[in-house]
Amino acid sequence: MRELRFEQVSVRFGSRRRGTVAVDAVDLVVPAGAVVGLVGESGSGKSTLARAAVGLAPLSGGRILLDGRPVRDVSREAGRPPLQMVFQDPYSALDPRMSIGDSIAEAIPRHPAPASAQRRAEVGRLLELVGLPADRAGVRPDELSGGQRQRVALARALAGRPEVIVADEITSALDVSIQGAVLNVVRDLQRQMRLTMLFISHNLAVVRYVSDIVAVMYSGRIVEYGPVADVLGDPQHPYTRELLAAVPRAGVAVPEAPEPVADAAPPDPHQPPAGCRFHPRCPVGPLVLPERDVCRTADPAGAGHRNLAACHFAAPAAVAAVG
Amino acid sequence: MAGGSSRRWGRAVRSPLGVTAAVLLLAVLLLAVFAPMGWQARADAVHPADILQGPSGDHPAGTDLLGRDIFARVLVAARLSVELALAATGLGVLVGLLLGTAPLLLGRRAGRWAGALVNVAVAFPSLLLALFFAVVFGVGAKGAVLAIGLATAPAFARLTQTMAATVAGRDFIAAARIAGVGRVRILLRHVLPNIAEPLVVAATMAAGSALLAFAGLSFLGLGVQAPGYDWGRLLGEGLAQIYIHPAGALAPAVAVVLAAMAFNLAGEVVARAIGLRSAESGTPAGPVTAPPPRAAAATEPAAPLLAVENLRVTFPSLGAQISPVREVSLRLRPGEAVGIVGESGSGKSLTALAIAQLVAAPGRVDADRLEFLGADLRGGGAAAHRRLLGTSLAMVFQDPMTSLNPTHRVGHQLAEVVRRHQGADRRSAWARAVDRLHAVRIPAAARRARQLPHEFSGGMRQRAMIGMGLMASPALIIADEPTTALDVTVQREVLRLLENIRTADSVGLLFISHDVTVVAQVCERVLVMYAGRIVEDLPSGALLQDARHPYTRALVAAVPGMETDRDRPLAVIPGRPPDPARLPSGCAFAPRCPLATEVCREQDPPLAAYDGDRRVACHHADLAPVAVAPYRTTAGRDES
Repeated sequence: MRELRFEQVSVRFGSRRRGTVAVDAVDLVVPAGAVVGLVGESGSGKSTLARAAVGLAPLSGGRILLDGRPVRDVSREAGRPPLQMVFQDPYSALDPRMSIGDSIAEAIPRHPAPASAQRRAEVGRLLELVGLPADRAGVRPDELSGGQRQRVALARALAGRPEVIVADEITSALDVSIQGAVLNVVRDLQRQMRLTMLFISHNLAVVRYVSDIVAVMYSGRIVEYGPVADVLGDPQHPYTRELLAAVPRAGVAVPEAPEPVADAAPPDPHQPPAGCRFHPRCPVGPLVLPERDVCRTADPAGAGHRNLAACHFAAPAAVAAVG
Repeated sequence: MAGGSSRRWGRAVRSPLGVTAAVLLLAVLLLAVFAPMGWQARADAVHPADILQGPSGDHPAGTDLLGRDIFARVLVAARLSVELALAATGLGVLVGLLLGTAPLLLGRRAGRWAGALVNVAVAFPSLLLALFFAVVFGVGAKGAVLAIGLATAPAFARLTQTMAATVAGRDFIAAARIAGVGRVRILLRHVLPNIAEPLVVAATMAAGSALLAFAGLSFLGLGVQAPGYDWGRLLGEGLAQIYIHPAGALAPAVAVVLAAMAFNLAGEVVARAIGLRSAESGTPAGPVTAPPPRAAAATEPAAPLLAVENLRVTFPSLGAQISPVREVSLRLRPGEAVGIVGESGSGKSLTALAIAQLVAAPGRVDADRLEFLGADLRGGGAAAHRRLLGTSLAMVFQDPMTSLNPTHRVGHQLAEVVRRHQGADRRSAWARAVDRLHAVRIPAAARRARQLPHEFSGGMRQRAMIGMGLMASPALIIADEPTTALDVTVQREVLRLLENIRTADSVGLLFISHDVTVVAQVCERVLVMYAGRIVEDLPSGALLQDARHPYTRALVAAVPGMETDRDRPLAVIPGRPPDPARLPSGCAFAPRCPLATEVCREQDPPLAAYDGDRRVACHHADLAPVAVAPYRTTAGRDES
């Protein structure tokens, strides 16, 4: 298993002048054998980052490295793609005209070409791995429930013997009762096989359950990054705190936001605000605390702050905090 | 699936249209194959004595200028006419497929050129194109085949291109690309099989059109040349004598019409069989019917806002009646928030639709009691009821993009509500719309009201939908998964808004969600639905710790929270919800229930009062939660 590293990765859609920067100079490390959970609201660029990693979205800047070498080189050398992806919608992720066994077999590397008996055995093994009986390889996707389809999609991703798996909102289209089963499979497989994984979800509880490290994305940038316990236990960026506060809790009244930033709309990706991108919505920003004018003009950096929080007013990194 | 599709084919072919098409097509094809063998000699025999005879026993359609039997000639011409039409269609389909799939095969830049070529070609009228090609390729059958074939190609290419682009956008294509599958292989294995059926339909229809086009070209003298003849030529020859004896022109004309019809009808039948066109539409929605009143109507203290007793929604399905919602009874006081939770397919949304009288045909709603604001809603459809529901009931749906009309300004859509139900004039309706948008905290409401829905963010659209519900002064808001499509931060705003509206004006809220935590946060009372029934009715405070139905407990345990132990597997509910058409006998949850015993498999437990104001439908409601064996939670196979 290898380490996946994004270095100053940017993805731009549309023309140079009127385009949108969906991912803006993102640095992100997914350490070998670890799960990095990527959270953020819709439009924050998390899915685009995932698609960029597997080559479905063209980079307009930066590099994506696997153990220090460009993914493309690794792919060419090994003769198979080193990254695999599992998609959100279990209904569009499998070809309705193909048996699930064929769908999985298609992803098994063709070099060296395995004998067809070997191929069948491998399909059976993969199905068993995700908790489906091996003898169901002949069924079509429409005979399966959403949760079962999502397991097949996972088996297909594993069939390519990838170095890294990218999971993009894989449980958000599932019922809660099924979500649990899929998350258990993901978690078990990850621990057994020491998979390196980028796990994207807008559900903080799900991310917390599956991940070792959490990265919070806002408006095309990573605004906070660190071990789960640190980021969720001691969040430094006000956006992370917002996300945490918004997680519904039974019996707790829905909290109110400070008036000036209540109901502020998410940023327009065509014209991100100047300075800190979060400042128009920030409950501790310039709209609430007028003396914090710096947020309007200067773009905060993550370096030097606890959890690499990209906020002018985040606590300093741990070493300094002790002293 | 295989059974379903063969059944659809059987039904489509056995329908009157299917029988007609099959008989016609068979007749045309048999004629094309065998007619020249049987009648060739007769068709070519020249009888100088019988020139230009009218119809008679010997010559049913008369004779032509050389005394040949026109009827025999029409029969014999079937082969050439059909052959040419099929050849032209084949050519058109081939060229069309190549052009249409070029964008997929050639990559982005070259594909764009192929697309542009198709666009330009589609813009030319095809008959004009055919005439043009006929001149280029020379007058004659070969030229005409090329002409009509190439004229068919652009439309076919456009169809292929559009459908291929739709399929290519789906995730399984992306997955294949990530797996390193080549373009040609993706096209052959993934794209073509998924668009084949509509293409077959289009090709069949195109054959019919080609037949007509050939008749046209030959008639004009641009198609088949003497001594060969097809229907078009026969028609041209016959037309010269139409005033002397019309049968000579009518016979080939009828042949052309019947053959073209055979192809087009066959296309139509194929389309029906594979489900591109809807078959017969269902019977109109039955009104809510009132069964004979039962002896003891329950009495109660204060008039409730909403009272539902024994609600049942029935759909006809393959001869049987299935009831996805059964025995639902619930009651809402003004200002009360009641939640309904359950998995998809549990009947929670259908319950909401039935209450709002929105169950579509051929569904049927029955209830012992269905009262809203004291008015009996059974008996359905009355204008007074529509008005009552229109002004006093607000519905909020999951996807705000599909519940707002994308072509109308948001303000107009809101204003329309009061204009329709209260006859307000345009200006005051607009003012009210802006006011309501302001009330749901949409910034710059006056400006936003003039915008189209796509200019709103998801959260704003949902707020606009709520604003639409507030145009009148509703007494009840039914919100069906209103925040499922939204981000958590936006969800919080919408929930807060609903909460504020509810407390400020004492509006009742029926909140439907699959998310137990959200329901527990928003509602005072929670109804848990399973397989169409309410299985538990409890205060939301008891939901997390003291639920009595094993299903409720399983549902709660399955949701990871911010305190879930990360080192233990999540609880899962083994098995899957029952199909409403095949409910198990006894308790519907028994096959998945860790507490199930003999009695559960035999008797469906009634929804009985429990501990004062709670209700639960379980034979083992008294078993304390601690006594429940924990759900086995490994990555057990096949439980979802």
